[in-house]
Amino acid sequence: MADELTVEQVADAMYNMIKSAMGEKKLKPMDLQKAMIEHFGADRCDKKLCKEAIKSLIDSSRCVYTYFGGSFIEIPHEEGAAKG
Amino acid sequence: MANGQTPKLDKLDKGPWPSFVREIKRAAEKSPMSKDLLGLLELSYTEKIGHWKHGGIVGVLGYGGGVIGRYTDVPDKFPNVEHFHTMRINMPTGWFYTSKALRTICDIWEKHGSGLTNMHGSTGDIVLLGTRTEELEPIFSELTKEGFDLGGSGSDVRTPSACVGPARCEWACYDTLALCYDLTMTYQDELHRPAFPYKFKFKCAGCPNDCVASVARADMSIIGTWRDDIQVDQSAVKEYSDKGLNIQKDVCGNCPAKCMDWDGQKLDIDNRSCTRCMHCINAMPKALRPGKDRGACIMLGSKAPIVEGAQLSSVLIPFMKMEPPYQELKDLCEKIWDLWCEEGKSRERVGEFIKRVGMGNFLEAIDIEPSPYQVAYPRDNPYIFYEEYFEEGDDEEEAGEE
Ligand code: HEM
Ligand code: HEM
Ligand code: SF4
Ligand code: SF4
Repeated sequence: MADELTVEQVADAMYNMIKSAMGEKKLKPMDLQKAMIEHFGADRCDKKLCKEAIKSLIDSSRCVYTYFGGSFIEIPHEEGAAKG
Repeated sequence: MANGQTPKLDKLDKGPWPSFVREIKRAAEKSPMSKDLLGLLELSYTEKIGHWKHGGIVGVLGYGGGVIGRYTDVPDKFPNVEHFHTMRINMPTGWFYTSKALRTICDIWEKHGSGLTNMHGSTGDIVLLGTRTEELEPIFSELTKEGFDLGGSGSDVRTPSACVGPARCEWACYDTLALCYDLTMTYQDELHRPAFPYKFKFKCAGCPNDCVASVARADMSIIGTWRDDIQVDQSAVKEYSDKGLNIQKDVCGNCPAKCMDWDGQKLDIDNRSCTRCMHCINAMPKALRPGKDRGACIMLGSKAPIVEGAQLSSVLIPFMKMEPPYQELKDLCEKIWDLWCEEGKSRERVGEFIKRVGMGNFLEAIDIEPSPYQVAYPRDNPYIFYEEYFEEGDDEEEAGEE
């Protein structure tokens, strides 16, 4: 068994993924989950851990939920719809 | 119009009937937001262009649902509706309130929002129309202090709703209120933290009359029914007849299963053919009632026409007992969600997903035995693939094609 993965490690990896996709692609929780399980391997990372990681990103305000037809997870940014 | 004149809207406010224009005008006496709302609407009617933008980042901390962002694209003309977000509040199950609870909500809303409500929108929740981003957290904290919570919006479990069920209705075949409340509490994460391909609605109807219209509006429609025989009080049937009800024509004649017979003395029902439609029971409530072995039919897949056309739910499980802790139902939901979340496309409702992958494949993936009750349309061909009808050779041919 590989060494134990923490919620924070997964959250950080998610955060980096969201950051590098910013402006290119909006990510849904399921996109993050699939990517994390692939990245860390199913033996180390499961759905529950991903769910906790998303919770931690949102509750710490590092990320926010957004809505454009469907719900996405993004890094807080200047509200595009509010102005202009 | 920006000058405060609304000649087009005024036309909708003529005559004795209730008018949303009149209500917004009344609200406008106190609320600058409602005043600008009138102006904005008048502008849209004049230009024949909508002036609302939607979506965005609005919400309360931790929740991905419950607030529906709205901004106008002409904030210079109508600054008071620059933000005009909707908040969805989880209604009490069965829509029972004390007048105090209603006042509490309205007071909070008059203080922080436009004062306009749309009680029980189509989803069923309390819909509060029009507030600014910075008001969201204060509203949320006042509401939760009073015991209210936000409902769902976006790609999550939407606020579950239920008919009044056993609280007021003798036809309820299970406790719709208890189930609705239980689902709401069990699925708090799924309700407030959107993680699905798209929305998922539960609606609990106590009997096939379906007063919450769950068959048309819920991804999962949980409709009360019974397994045994309709309870018949023959002397009460006779009484209906004596009082002038034409039982042969208006009851038996309208039975979709044609499984009833009236010989002038005795009503005979072939319960094996009965589709549990409620028609005869609705027609003679004093004489007939649902059977005693009660539960619910679990149906899946309805939706309004947004991505594809409208769909009605169709039968997934013909009969399930509906008693706390509802473990069988919850296990089923989780299997469906696992599959749909894994394989569903963005903005694909579960009904559309089933259509795309095929009912046979869907059933296999969630481990449910196909049954003849699972028809696409009533009285139409079942869309189930019956393997036992195939000769041995057919199997190989199929395999060869792949
Ligand atoms: C141009 C006309 C209409 C527009 C723009 C419209 C728009 C919408 C929107 C935005 C939603 C919410 C979707 C969501 O929750 O994400 C909705 C829900 C719904 N609409 Fe409409 N709608 C229209 C007409 C109608 C009509 C005519 C009916 C019925 C006769 C109808 C019935 C419903 C129902 C049943 C729902 C779902 C309610 C639920 O959440 O349970 N809509 N509509
Ligand atoms: C069997 C199921 C239902 C029952 C028993 C039921 C019962 C009632 C009753 C008792 C009223 C009041 C009538 C009155 O003014 O005295 C009413 C009104 C109404 N119901 Fe239902 N209802 C059912 C299903 C539905 C559904 C599914 C819808 C919508 C999709 C609906 C929409 C309405 C509307 C719009 C009114 C107001 C009509 C008006 O006053 O102009 N009902 N219903
Ligand atoms: S759906 Fe059936 S049980 Fe529920 S209120 Fe309507 S008639 Fe009564
Ligand atoms: S419930 Fe409907 S199908 Fe069954 S006997 Fe009555 S009318 Fe016929």
